[in-house]
Amino acid sequence: MSEKQFKTINFTLNGKRVSTSVDVRESLSDMLRDDFGLTSVKKGCEVGECGACTVLVNGEVFASCIFLAIWVDGKDVLTVEGLVDVDGNISDIQQAFIDETAVQCGFCTPGFIMSAEHLLRTGKRYTRDELRKELSGNMCRCTGYQNIINAVEKAMNARLAKAGKE
Amino acid sequence: MEVGKCLKRVDAFDKVTGRAKYTDDMCPKHAYVTRILHSTIAHGRVLSIDTSEAEKIEGVVKVLTCFDVPDIPFPTAGHPWTTVPAHQDVADRKLLNEHVRHYGDEVAAVVAEDYVAADRAIRALKVEYEEYPFVIDPIEAAKEGAPVIHPERQDNNILAHSDIRIGNYQEAIKEPGLIKVEGWYYTPTVQHAHIENHICYAYQEQGGRMTVVTSTQIPHIVRRVVAQALGWSWGKVRIIKPYVGGGFGNKQDALYEPLCAWLSLQVGGHPVKLDVSREETFVNNRVRHAMPCHIISWVRPDGTFAARKFELWSDQGAYASHGHSVAGKALGSYPQIYPCDNIEADAWTVYTNKPTAGAMRAYGMPQATFHNECHVEEIVTKLNLDPVEFRRKNSMPVGYYDDFSKNELYHDSFNDCLDKAIELIDYDRKFELYKNQTGPVRRGIGTSLFWYNTAVWPISIETSSCRMIMNQDGSIQLMTGETEIGQGCDTVFAQMAADTVGLKVEDVHVVTNQDTDVTPYGAGAYASRQTYVGGFAIKQTGELLKEKILGHAHTLTRMPVDILDIVEGNIVRKTDNRVLMSLGELATKILYDFELSEHMAAESTYSVKSNAYSFGVSIAEVEVDIPLCKVELLNIVNVHDCGILINPPLAEAQVHGGMSMGIGFGLYEELLVDKKTGRVLNDNLLDYKLCTTMDHPDLMVDFAENPEPTSPFGTKALGEPPACSPAPAIRNAILHATGVAINSLPINPHKLFAAFTEAGLFETL
Repeated sequence: MSEKQFKTINFTLNGKRVSTSVDVRESLSDMLRDDFGLTSVKKGCEVGECGACTVLVNGEVFASCIFLAIWVDGKDVLTVEGLVDVDGNISDIQQAFIDETAVQCGFCTPGFIMSAEHLLRTGKRYTRDELRKELSGNMCRCTGYQNIINAVEKAMNARLAKAGKE
Repeated sequence: MEVGKCLKRVDAFDKVTGRAKYTDDMCPKHAYVTRILHSTIAHGRVLSIDTSEAEKIEGVVKVLTCFDVPDIPFPTAGHPWTTVPAHQDVADRKLLNEHVRHYGDEVAAVVAEDYVAADRAIRALKVEYEEYPFVIDPIEAAKEGAPVIHPERQDNNILAHSDIRIGNYQEAIKEPGLIKVEGWYYTPTVQHAHIENHICYAYQEQGGRMTVVTSTQIPHIVRRVVAQALGWSWGKVRIIKPYVGGGFGNKQDALYEPLCAWLSLQVGGHPVKLDVSREETFVNNRVRHAMPCHIISWVRPDGTFAARKFELWSDQGAYASHGHSVAGKALGSYPQIYPCDNIEADAWTVYTNKPTAGAMRAYGMPQATFHNECHVEEIVTKLNLDPVEFRRKNSMPVGYYDDFSKNELYHDSFNDCLDKAIELIDYDRKFELYKNQTGPVRRGIGTSLFWYNTAVWPISIETSSCRMIMNQDGSIQLMTGETEIGQGCDTVFAQMAADTVGLKVEDVHVVTNQDTDVTPYGAGAYASRQTYVGGFAIKQTGELLKEKILGHAHTLTRMPVDILDIVEGNIVRKTDNRVLMSLGELATKILYDFELSEHMAAESTYSVKSNAYSFGVSIAEVEVDIPLCKVELLNIVNVHDCGILINPPLAEAQVHGGMSMGIGFGLYEELLVDKKTGRVLNDNLLDYKLCTTMDHPDLMVDFAENPEPTSPFGTKALGEPPACSPAPAIRNAILHATGVAINSLPINPHKLFAAFTEAGLFETL
């Protein structure tokens, strides 16, 4: 394609209806970063291998670097910024990452949190091994994953307890 | 006291919300972008580059080639500069290279308005090469007649030869009754694989000064290298370091900052961004030196060393980078961890036509630890000794003094660490249980010690500076030249500053971004130095500030200084513990007083003239499925003596990360180079096997907290050491399980199949 082609898309971003004109070749990660300033969406490989750009689209986990921006037309997109409430309070999974020392350089953190949020929203109880399997699409070089698994497990248990699934 | 507390990271909130700004998050939208043309030959010369088609492409701003760059070779290593020419880093590369020295070398760059245009222009460039023979094995490259990679250096590819001579090896081996143990050990090329690739952008401002915003561990050093590469005076360059998404030594090098700055100059100082792809990170940044090593030990029947010989080759790749200092550190460890009266040790750092090797977490020590700990296990096996007892008996004893580093072993660190590790992993029971197994699936347990040196004195200067500025509310801004790249140094620095001045930790605001225009000089994140070296600067500066504050407190309260103290942000009279005023009241009064008005601040530099050993142990338990040639790591424990923990959960988290990297080094990771072309075969995260959540078990960590007497906070190296000993511990566990010694990393199924076949293991099942 030699000429730039733009398309106007409408979608829900972190709970708000938004509209933008986007280059049809653009990735979702580039659009979220460049047009909406959502710096939680990190790019570590741009070929869907590292998981740093993970966001939820209609509740499903996607690597936004290999997801075309135009594909979110009419859909619901959630990033880490959307987990913070209007008063600035962070969510349970974000707090768990802080409490369990699951954050080091922080570059993989938002993507990991979104993959974890997806798991927590299923309302299922995962074993530690199942958590490892479900989170294996997100890479981290700092933490050895130990505290990340701890954080997700802790937030999962708290949410299940709150929902009466003790 | 804030030191020793389990405090949350000061940057955690910003990082879980996406607010923490990394380099790309700060880059102006109108910045031009860059793509680099990489060579498609491993060795040769660029004869011509036809840029005519590329220049016609819409959106291309400028095409620049190796024929356009300044004729200034520059060094890239992230070492402090030295004014002694013989000790300066080797300057052997230009911004773009006419003489291509590895497959992927930089030969041209395109500056464009967007990546579509830049990519098209790269594809439209036509390069004509003259090809030379190439060499990718360091031992071959060191031989007479090998292709010469840097003819201008006249070193026949041997960048450096380091040696150690203790006693008289040749005489010592004549002692009757000695047993000779000999082996070859190999560690491969691996890459740091931090999740944020290196990225920088550069622009001119302030009358032509050059600013580079970059993902670096070493802003002050990069400032010097950029200036050297451009042939500029150093003060005209400004480096800004935002949050960094991991470094592990790769970003302890001037990577693309010099090129990016030069590209900006070619387009009138317009902002130019150079965002490195994952593929380029593997090929065009730095890698860990692959190191083959040959060891001969002459051992007495009682299991003591009579004499030892080491021959080490360090695979430098195409350019000098950190050069021989990595092999030098590796070589230096052999006689220290297991002292012996007669040592003959040589290391050759050899150029090859491969990606450039530089600093990587633990700087030669994961390699040396593997060589030495495999060899020790060989001795233990041959002499039928107990692996742990052998290590207890032969490792560096309490009171050991090293005349070069002036280091002393003050505590029984090795035994303390071994005791804890043995208990945590239930070693004794498992060691007995796993003896004499039969059947296809067998378990084993293996041990490895490691030795480490904190910081780099006396090889280089160890200088760190700190500035504290008091706010009117009694809080301070804390600035150091030492960089947060994920380790958590900002948090522990806040704890140190709080205790020194007498503040609550929440009243210490750490300025996390370094800006060489305002940040005091510090060398940066390497050599596991920052907590140790930075601690001296923080202590000294905090005391200066405290002295100033108490001087003003004397003026305002009329009390003698020596009965005053600062406790949790209050001026306290020590004689009755009465709070006389808060620091906020004092700071406000002093700043706005017509007579006394002062902007209260303190700044100082501490040049450290000491160093500290840091030790530890890994014990690994594995299950080996012999027919499948598969190793499952069941349990692994690391125990460290890194002195007093400033923040225990952060320390533990550092160890987790290092262990994971060490496990990858042991079982999975290797950057493969095609022997036919010199091309890297697995330059991506799918083919290069980084550990995921699935690839190792829960990690056990403990500490022997022996206070380091030379440190004001009793602390010493922890950042790098955890990566040293997991791989040999796993290797020794596999040996325990199967009786088969694998002396080459990574221990993957391919190698196990060959080794089990050679050992005849399949026939015994």
